[in-house]
Amino acid sequence: MSRQAKMRSAFRRSASPPTTPLRYNASMLILGIETSCDETAAGIVADGRRMLTNVVASQADIHARYGGVVPEVASRHHIEAMLPVVRAALLEAKCRPSDLDAIAVTAGPGLAGSLLVGLNTAKALAYGWSRPLIAVNHLEGHLYANWLVEDARPELPAIVLIVSGGHSEIILAEDHGSYRLMGRTRDDAAGEAFDKAARVLGLGFPGGPAIERAARDAGPKPPRLPRAWLGDSSDFSFSGLKTAVARVAQESSAPVADIAAGFQTAVIDVLVKKTVRAARETGARCVLLSGGVAANGPLRQALREAASPIPVWVPPPVLCTDNGAMIAVAAHFRAEAGAAGLNLDVRASWPIAG
Amino acid sequence: MSGESAPSLTFTSASPSDTKRLGERLSRHLQPGDVVLLQGDLGAGKTCLAQGIGRGLRVKEPVKSSSFVLVNEYNGRLHVHHADLFRLTDPQQVFELALEENAADGLLLVEWPEVAPRELPPEHLLVRFEIVDARTRRITMAARGARYKDVLNALNAPTPEKTHGRA
Repeated sequence: MSRQAKMRSAFRRSASPPTTPLRYNASMLILGIETSCDETAAGIVADGRRMLTNVVASQADIHARYGGVVPEVASRHHIEAMLPVVRAALLEAKCRPSDLDAIAVTAGPGLAGSLLVGLNTAKALAYGWSRPLIAVNHLEGHLYANWLVEDARPELPAIVLIVSGGHSEIILAEDHGSYRLMGRTRDDAAGEAFDKAARVLGLGFPGGPAIERAARDAGPKPPRLPRAWLGDSSDFSFSGLKTAVARVAQESSAPVADIAAGFQTAVIDVLVKKTVRAARETGARCVLLSGGVAANGPLRQALREAASPIPVWVPPPVLCTDNGAMIAVAAHFRAEAGAAGLNLDVRASWPIAG
Repeated sequence: MSGESAPSLTFTSASPSDTKRLGERLSRHLQPGDVVLLQGDLGAGKTCLAQGIGRGLRVKEPVKSSSFVLVNEYNGRLHVHHADLFRLTDPQQVFELALEENAADGLLLVEWPEVAPRELPPEHLLVRFEIVDARTRRITMAARGARYKDVLNALNAPTPEKTHGRA
């Protein structure tokens, strides 16, 4: 049995403690906890819209040495950072535990060992403070990050594009709590494709900013690299593009900046065309962009131009990457569905729909 | 069995779907506790072969790259642990993944095994991928240990398109 499985079964053996019932009200104050990958985060949100605090302890520097997240390292750091992060959030928001109406936590998808730290912390706090506990899907959290942006007016139905190191998904949010997975990657995630292309081109980690920077110096005619359209599907495939970058880097004399630009253009082209097509076909009233790759400037610009007149909302970088505040907002809209109870388990590959 | 005398089979794949079909064929001869190492450059077809193995084992969801999360798990005819050591540089990190321990009851697939050969089971099927041209790949499977000699023999039995590798 794996260490994670042992931890899970040890938790299950204990009798399930009593659950505090949830009573929904529009002005709820919710603490959101997020540890699905390498950010240890806690945010507090009022009314599902007003962010009182958003504390994020990032392990990016630690993981940069390995070129990405290492699960065992990540869960150890979550354990160290978790309680100080929660304490800092309460202090910053000038909140007492008794002020909170609920505690929300990401239960999946993500790295099982990382999710466990946040989930068990949230369970312990919910039990100790007698607060209801609400389980949130990480992807749903990304969607709701847009509700925290002051001048954003997201409306449903919306098409959501989530692009990061671990995700490439197009989701239709029909209504609060009602989602349809329109497309996902069949091999590499978009952020991962950036990381691999950057490695091939000797540009370092993380690959997203490195490729974007290098591409700015490209000449007028960067090489055209292949796009995987996969017919009418809204799925993505970036594996062939990665192979093409490796081949062009080896066989042609094109400067690195040009190859980086050719790669970036190909990724953006596919992301934008599929997202906009999904938005038009579903009659979406807006497009929401989230995840670490949303920090890419040319992607934001291309998506806005192609989607027009459908508005595109992109949260600021700190809300695009993983954070606790977005989990609190998602929980606010989930609250009517009731508290999750303290015997819930992590779901490392929890689908947002179906 | 030493490296030099390890029996091997060589295949030529003309496309990614060819590589997947080969993975599907290989999957039929795999059993719990088996270890398959996949070695080759970026884009050589390692994940592609893993996808074929997943399809052959009737894994429902798409077998994706494991580079970001290091290990993905899938349920099919066998419980599949699909590891990718691409990002790791320190064998200690591979040790901490406890791959052999975690995958003891299922199938362990490891991409980029050369990162930490000593941390991986000494008996395994080693699949090496060479890029011949844009689409063509030369794929060599070498048996390390008696169990994997059996796998190669079974794989070698009926079908026509493979060539027999030299000892």
